[in-house]
Amino acid sequence: MNDFIPAFEWQRVMVEPWAENLSTTFWIVLMGFLITAACGLIGNYLILRRMALVGDAISHSVLPGLAIAFLLSHSLNTVPMFIGALGAGIVTTVMIELIHKKTRVKQDSAIGITFSTLFAIGVILISFGQTDAVDLDTECVLYGEIAFVPLDLVKTELGPGMLSVVEKIPGLNSELFLDGNMLTIAPPSVIRMAVVTGVTLLLILVFYKELLVTSFDSGLSSSLGINATVVHYALMGMLSVIIVSAFEAVGAILVIAMLILPGATSSLLAYRLPTMFGITVVHALLSAVGGIHLATWLNCSPAGAMVVAGSALFALAWIFSPSQGLLLRWFGRELDKLDEEEIERLVKGT
Amino acid sequence: MVALLAFVPESAWAAKIGDVAEETSLGQQAARFFSFRDPSVRYAVIGSVLLGISCGLLGCFIVVRKMALVGDTLSHAVLPGVALGFLFSGVSVSGLFDWSFDVDNITKNPALIFAGAVIAGVAGTLLVTTLKQTTKIKEDSALGLTLASFFAVGICLLTMIQDLPTGNKSGIDKFMFGQAAAIGKGDIQLMLGVTMLIVAVVFVFYKELLVTSFDAGFARSIALPSEWVHHGLMLLVAFAVVIALQAVGVVLVSAMLITPAAAAYLLTDRMHRMLFLAVGFGVASGVIGAFISFLKPNIPTGPCMVLGASAVFAVAFFGGPRHGVLTRWWRHVSRSKRVQRENTLKAVYQVLENRAAQPEDSVSLKELAERRRETLDEVSGQAQALKQHRLVTLHEEGNKILFTPGGWQLACTIVRNHRLWELYLTNAANIAADHVHDDAEKIEHILGDDVVRELERMLDDTTRDPHGRAIPGFADIHKPFAPSASGPSGYGRSS
Repeated sequence: MNDFIPAFEWQRVMVEPWAENLSTTFWIVLMGFLITAACGLIGNYLILRRMALVGDAISHSVLPGLAIAFLLSHSLNTVPMFIGALGAGIVTTVMIELIHKKTRVKQDSAIGITFSTLFAIGVILISFGQTDAVDLDTECVLYGEIAFVPLDLVKTELGPGMLSVVEKIPGLNSELFLDGNMLTIAPPSVIRMAVVTGVTLLLILVFYKELLVTSFDSGLSSSLGINATVVHYALMGMLSVIIVSAFEAVGAILVIAMLILPGATSSLLAYRLPTMFGITVVHALLSAVGGIHLATWLNCSPAGAMVVAGSALFALAWIFSPSQGLLLRWFGRELDKLDEEEIERLVKGT
Repeated sequence: MVALLAFVPESAWAAKIGDVAEETSLGQQAARFFSFRDPSVRYAVIGSVLLGISCGLLGCFIVVRKMALVGDTLSHAVLPGVALGFLFSGVSVSGLFDWSFDVDNITKNPALIFAGAVIAGVAGTLLVTTLKQTTKIKEDSALGLTLASFFAVGICLLTMIQDLPTGNKSGIDKFMFGQAAAIGKGDIQLMLGVTMLIVAVVFVFYKELLVTSFDAGFARSIALPSEWVHHGLMLLVAFAVVIALQAVGVVLVSAMLITPAAAAYLLTDRMHRMLFLAVGFGVASGVIGAFISFLKPNIPTGPCMVLGASAVFAVAFFGGPRHGVLTRWWRHVSRSKRVQRENTLKAVYQVLENRAAQPEDSVSLKELAERRRETLDEVSGQAQALKQHRLVTLHEEGNKILFTPGGWQLACTIVRNHRLWELYLTNAANIAADHVHDDAEKIEHILGDDVVRELERMLDDTTRDPHGRAIPGFADIHKPFAPSASGPSGYGRSS
């Protein structure tokens, strides 16, 4: 299998990405981290609300919105893309509701029919438009193009005054940002993702109480005067925006993993929502870094490798979780016995 | 058509993708496609029919068991299996631990891909079950997690395969969105075998599948092994998904399971009819999808088939005879119009009754409006509706209303229904006389003949209602009309 799986060389896999290809690695890891963090944060709520598969549906069905926006505006600019994705997200939610409320088709089938129809429309639109479309193709839909993120860096020229100021700021004076008198800002897609992640975090902080109450106790939320429908649709809108900004980098299907994996991992390890958010962010960082090394080693898609790394982290959490881990299950009998002994000791002690 | 096939030497028609596209007009393209002259077209059509049959059959059970998203997860989870099955064709085993891998030996071997994909699909469903059993993760998260993780492994393997120094990887990228034109003879043989197996198993175990799908409690009580039926069904679904992969692709194959079956579910209440309908829809959308994808190169087959199935579903959703949204809306509208008409007729009857007039006498619009407590315009519209249904005739520029014999009979029947029901509620159900009107107001429109006869039998005296008004009897309903005193004669004949 040596032709297929390259040998693991420490130098090539672990050191070179950071030593020699720093600018490429840094932007890919940052992009991966931002996407996984934003998806993971909102994914926590999806999991709590048992809406993980609505995320699945929306991630498939933003495609026709994107394709239409792209075919109309002939560009992948932020505004038309966001409008297209929001429209597609709303259409998805409405279609699912319509099918399962108006007929006897159950919600699961309604979800399946809706997203497959919209996704098929998207793929056909892209296939027909492929002659003049350069950036949006079926490859991008499936694999994501996170590897191309560092290719279009935005740079500005600094005047001598600014240059001396910038050079004094620690971190900015490295070769990553400063090339002669050219200051590298960031690839536009990373900037957009950073804004989206920041807004997501901000909204979660500001509306923490509303999201918490509507997720756990719908009765309490209506008695507090919180409109659960508005919260639901706002969450769906935010989800569409996050998915569309992640779309180009990781594709339609891998984004589902980014939505669910961090939240599922944290739900195995913690019971308090703030702790879960913390674990989500750590999971995002580890899977982005792990993914880039895995991709370097195996020479495969970085987006796919990040998800594989995230799945591996989930598997670790599943095995070692202190409350519901597999180890605990396998050796649970001994632990029970220990507990009994300890209780006995405590009882005798008092 | 068979004769044509016999005369044309097969070699004269090269079996290449896009041959059909060479024809100029759509009609010629359709003729070329459905003449089955090109072997690739023949294989594509046979493949679409087979996948329509197997997906349609199993999709019905998936839909009624509410497992649509399990099917979706399973279909995404087969991807790493497809990639590994593809790679495994390059492995030559010469001893237990003496395996050698040679890139140049890699071919697209349908049997190996089938085995790999089934194993991956089954592993995916087992992972979902284990996650649900051992952790507090709910089913939806477990499904999404498995789907995306397996898919990511598959994506990694596929990108690694694309870097391999071999020329034989062309088939593998068609597994994403499907390409019916890439179906070969080996694929068809495999598809045929698996479809026959699926049909046979569904036929033999139809009762078991039916019982476990609809009544879990009863299945337990007759000691059916529901767990094993479930696992067997999942295995069959994995088979169906995998043989459909080449034509529909990993991403959308679940739609071929769900959509035709859901459309059939809207059209019938019997499982065996649903199975036949779903198979028909699956086959139709499969063949149409294959045809469209042959029209232009680079159009993947899967999305075309899925859109065909979605179109069928849309027709069933809007126009289905019992559950269709438009049909139900239309039924609702016509029923409320009928109720409106009957209420107006009843009001005309009551006006005549209050005047102690004969059925041949006329009622003015103004009287009717006072009785209905509505404006003249509204009442005039209602009178027009009655006229259209030949229940009344209108005279003196629509200001006078006269019953036709049919209208009089209907009015008497409605009033009789109403008053009989009031009588029944007060006498038999002991409800106070001033509480029975609203209920009777609703039921008068839907009481059938048999219920009315039953009421007549139960009630001793059916001449007076609880409020002391006369209940119109058969003599009133079939009363011969005399020439009218207050209006023109010739009712029923004037338009």
